[in-house]
Amino acid sequence: MNSPDISVRNLWKVFGPGGDQIPGNPELSGLNSAELLERTGCNAAVRDLSFDVAKGEVFVVMGLSGSGKSTLIRCLTRLIEPTSGQVLVDGKDVLQAGMAELRELRRRKMSMVFQHFGLLPHRTVLDNVSYGLQIRGAAKKERFTRAREIIELVGLKGYEQHYPDQLSGGMQQRVGLGRALAGDPDTILFDEPFSALDPLIRRDMQAEVIRLHKEMGKTMVFVTHDLSEALKLGDRILIMRNGETVQCGTGDELVGSPADKYIEDFVSEVLRADVLTLKWITRPVEAATPADAPVLSSRMIIRDAIAAVMQSPCPVLVEDSGRITGQIDRDSILSVLQRTEAAA
Amino acid sequence: MSVLVRDRATAQPAPFPSPSRTLEPRRRPSRRTILLASAVVVWILGFVFLHGTSTLTLPASELTDLHRSLNQFNVWVAANRADNPVFLYVLTPLRAGVDAVANLFITTFAASSTGLRLPEIGWLGTVGLLGWIALAIGNARVALLTVTILIFFGFQGLFLEATYTFALVVTAVLLTLLVGIPLGVLAGVYGRVAKLITPVLDFMQTLPTFVYLAPLALIFLIGPASAVIATVIYAAPPVIRLTAHGIRGIPENTREASDSLGTTGVQRLLTLQLPMARRTIVMGINQSTMAALSMVTIAALIAAPGLGQVVVRALQSLDVGTAVNAGLSIVLLAIMLDRVTTAASRRAEPGAARNRRVSRRTRYILLGMTLVLALVMVQFSRTMLWAAAFPANLDIGRVIVQAVSSASEWTQANLSLFTVSFREAVTTGILNPFQSLLTETPFYILVAAIALAAYALGGWKLSALTTACLGVIIYLGLWSDSMVTLAATLVATTVVMVLGIVFGVAMGRSARVDQIMRPMLDAGQTMPAFVYLVPFLGLFGATRFTAIIAGIIYAAPVAIKITADGIAAISPTVVEAAVSSGSTPWQVITKVQLPMARQTLALAANQGLIYVLAMVVVGALVGAGGLGYDVVAGFVQSSLFGKGLAAGLAIVFLGILLDRMTQAAAATPARKIPSPKTSTT
Repeated sequence: MNSPDISVRNLWKVFGPGGDQIPGNPELSGLNSAELLERTGCNAAVRDLSFDVAKGEVFVVMGLSGSGKSTLIRCLTRLIEPTSGQVLVDGKDVLQAGMAELRELRRRKMSMVFQHFGLLPHRTVLDNVSYGLQIRGAAKKERFTRAREIIELVGLKGYEQHYPDQLSGGMQQRVGLGRALAGDPDTILFDEPFSALDPLIRRDMQAEVIRLHKEMGKTMVFVTHDLSEALKLGDRILIMRNGETVQCGTGDELVGSPADKYIEDFVSEVLRADVLTLKWITRPVEAATPADAPVLSSRMIIRDAIAAVMQSPCPVLVEDSGRITGQIDRDSILSVLQRTEAAA
Repeated sequence: MSVLVRDRATAQPAPFPSPSRTLEPRRRPSRRTILLASAVVVWILGFVFLHGTSTLTLPASELTDLHRSLNQFNVWVAANRADNPVFLYVLTPLRAGVDAVANLFITTFAASSTGLRLPEIGWLGTVGLLGWIALAIGNARVALLTVTILIFFGFQGLFLEATYTFALVVTAVLLTLLVGIPLGVLAGVYGRVAKLITPVLDFMQTLPTFVYLAPLALIFLIGPASAVIATVIYAAPPVIRLTAHGIRGIPENTREASDSLGTTGVQRLLTLQLPMARRTIVMGINQSTMAALSMVTIAALIAAPGLGQVVVRALQSLDVGTAVNAGLSIVLLAIMLDRVTTAASRRAEPGAARNRRVSRRTRYILLGMTLVLALVMVQFSRTMLWAAAFPANLDIGRVIVQAVSSASEWTQANLSLFTVSFREAVTTGILNPFQSLLTETPFYILVAAIALAAYALGGWKLSALTTACLGVIIYLGLWSDSMVTLAATLVATTVVMVLGIVFGVAMGRSARVDQIMRPMLDAGQTMPAFVYLVPFLGLFGATRFTAIIAGIIYAAPVAIKITADGIAAISPTVVEAAVSSGSTPWQVITKVQLPMARQTLALAANQGLIYVLAMVVVGALVGAGGLGYDVVAGFVQSSLFGKGLAAGLAIVFLGILLDRMTQAAAATPARKIPSPKTSTT
C-alpha cells in the first residue's frame, strides 16, 4: 500500500449534551451504546475509529442503518463536527483547520455525492454541475466549459438545460456525480448514493462508478448498507456496528474469515464462489499430484477457475508470486458451490 | 368553551347497558371536567345570589383617576416633543423619514402634500404605469385586471381616494419589506434569532389592530407617518415568518450538498437559501400587502387619507350608499393587489421559467414596447388636463350611492319583519341574557370562576396569568365594558365554531366541497376587516348585532379552514377502519373525526376568538358598545383620550387572556395517559 490519502485516528462523534467529555473519560468511553445512553443521555455515533485510505483506493464503509457510517463520512469534511480524534489529509489534520482552510479543502480536495442528490431545484443541470466552480470563483466561461466536459463524461450530454425535476432518479444522481467531479477533487465521498434508486439503475450507476474510477483513478470513500454493492466496488471494506469497527479488510477476507458471528451472519448469503479467491480453498500439495499439472493464481476468483479445474484430469496447482502454495481439485470447488447453494 | 365542556360532563347516560358496566361502575369524569364544571357552578350561583352587586359599572362619560392621569400623558408628550432626546433623536427623525417616503408616493400618485395641486402622474399615467408593473411582475391577465379596476375607480368617483390608499399601502409595504425580509432571513438562518422574535410576532398578531392607533398617533402625530408605522407593525409579521419559514424549509440534504462544496455563509445565502425560499418569500409579500391594505383603511381613524376615511365618515353618518361605494373600491383594490402579488409568486416558483408560452426574448421585447406605451401615457397625464384628473362627468359613483341607499332603505322598511325581528330575537333571546350574566355577576365571582377554569386548562401558571390580566382590567377601571365586549366575542365565537365545524367537516370529508369553498374563503380572508361592516349596516342598522354578525363573517373563514385541514389530516386508514367496522357517516364524524381533530378545533377556536375580538372592537363604529366604543370615543374627544388608551390596554389583556386559555385547551391532551412506570425520581 502506498502512502495513505486519508488517515483517520481515534475518531469520535458523540451526540448529546456533554458529549465532548466522553472520549477522554475511560470509564464512560468503555460503556456500550445502551449503557452510555442510559448513563449520560449521549449517543456515540462514531467511537474510536481508526483507518487509512490509500491513494486511488475505493474504500467502502458498510453497516446497517444507525451504525454511524453516514456520520463518519460527514466527519471527514466536518459537515458534522467530530468530537475528538484526527482526520489527516495530506498530513494535515482537518479537525485543526480554520474555516477558510476547511472551505478550501471542500472546494478542491474532497467532494461528496449524497443519497438524496441534494441538487438545487432552481438551477439547470449545467448550473448545478458548475456550482462548485462558481463557489470557488471560477469565471463563467471557464466553469461552463469544464461543466460541459463533465456532463459528457457522466453521460448527460444534451440535458444541460434541463432542471433536476425533469430528470429520472438515476440521471439526477449523475448530475450529483458530475457536480462532485467538476472541481477535480482528489477524493470523492459517496454517502449511500444509490440507495434511493431502483435495482436496475443502481447496477448501471455502480458500473458507472467503476468506469470513472478506472478512467480517473480518484480515491473514493463509499458508504453503503448493501453488502453486494460493497463487495462489487470496494478494494477494502470496513464494517461498522454501533459506531465501532467490526472488521476491516478486502471482500474475500470478510467472507473467508469473518471476525465474529455478526460478520458471519452478514456474509452468509454471499455467493462465496463469486467473492473468494483460490487462496481460501488451497490445500497442501499431495504427492500424487503431477508436477506438470495446470497452475492458477491464488488471487483468481473461484468462479473463474471452475472451467479449468473441471476440465483438468488431475488436481490443479495454485501459485502466489511465482511460488506454488498448494493445490485444489474438483471436490474443493464443489464444496464451495454446495455451501453457497445451501446458504441460498 | 366552558359551556361545551359542561355539557360533556353531564351528558353521561349509557346508550345501552353493556356487560362491562357491571364489573366496572361508570367512567368517572376527569378531574379537569369536574374543575370546569365547578367553575360554571360558582359563576351561576354567584349570579343568582349576588346579582347586581359589585359590578364595577362605569358610565360612558365618566372617568377614573387613572384615565385622567393618562390624559396628562397626552399633555406630557406635547410638552416634551421638542426637547426630549428620545423624541429629538429617534422618534422625530423616524417620523420625518417615513413622512418623506409616504409623501413621495402621495405626490406621485395622489396629490401634492398640500392637496391643492394635481399629482405628478395623473390618472392615465397611473393606469399605464401600474398596468405595466402588473404585466412585468405578473402576467397579461392581471395587468388587464389592474387597468380595468383602476379605471373603474374613476367611474366610482373615488380615483383620488384610491390612489391615496394605494400610495400609503406602497409606502408601508416597502418599509415592511425593508425591515421584514432581513429580519426573516436572520430568523431563518439563526435559530436563536427565530426563538427571540417568534413570541414578539405572536404578540403583534394577537394585538387587535385598533389598539395601537391612538398611542402611535400620539407619538407620531396625525398624518401619513403614524398611519404607515401602524401599518408596518401590523403587516410585518407575515413576511418575517414566511421568509424565515422558507429558508428553514430548505431540505437538509440540499444545504449539506452546498456546504460540502465549500460555500461561505454569504454564498450559501445568495445561491441556495434566497433562491430556494423565493416563492415563500413572495407569498409573504402577498400576505403583508393584504394586511397593509387592511390596516391602511382602518388607519382612517387617525386621519389617514383615502378610501378608509370615506368609509369611516359614511359609517359615522350611517350613509350606507357611500359606505358601500367606497367599500366596493376597497374590495376591488384588495382583489387587484392580491391577484398581482399571487401572479408574482407563481412566477417565482422554481421551474416557472421553462413552462412559459412566450420565450424570454419575446417577453422582453413585449415589456419594452409596453413600457414605452406606459411612459407616453405618463407624459400625457403630466401635460393634458383630461389625462391628469379623471373626468368628473364620467362619475357614476353618485348613481351607485343613491341606488344602494334606496335599496337599503327599502330593505329596512319592507323586510323589517325579517331583519328586525331576527335581530331582536337574537338580541333579546341570547345576547342580552348572556351579557347580563357577565356584567351583573360580581367581579370577584367571575375572576374566581375564570381562574378556576384556567387552572383546569393550564395549571397554576395559566391561572395566575389570567388573574393578573383580569386584575389589570379592573385596575384600568373598565371591567364592565370589558365584560360587554367579552359577551359579544364569546357569542360570536360560538357561532363561528358552529360554522367552522359544519363547513370544516364538509370540506375535510369531501375534496369537491373543499375545491368549491376554499377560493371563497381565501377571498374572504384577503378582504380588509373594515368592509365587512358595510353590508350588514345596510341590513341591520347601527347596532351591536351588526358588529357581531360582521365579526362572525370575518372570523368564520379562518375557523373553517383550520377545521377542514384538521379533518383532512386524519389518517385515512383510521377512517377506513371505522367505515369497515360498519360505522355510519355520522358515527365516523362524531366518534372518529371530531375527537381526533380536537386539538385542531381548539386552535380554530383560538384563531376565531382573536379575529372576532378584533372585529367586535372595530364594530364600535356601527354601534357596538364596550371597549371598542371607549377607544373610538378616545379618538374623537380629547377629554376621553385617557379612557380610550386604557380601553386599548384592556383589549390587549382581554386578548391575551382569551388567547392563552384557548391555546392551553389546544395543547393539553383530552385525558392523561397513565405512564407505564411509576416515577423513578
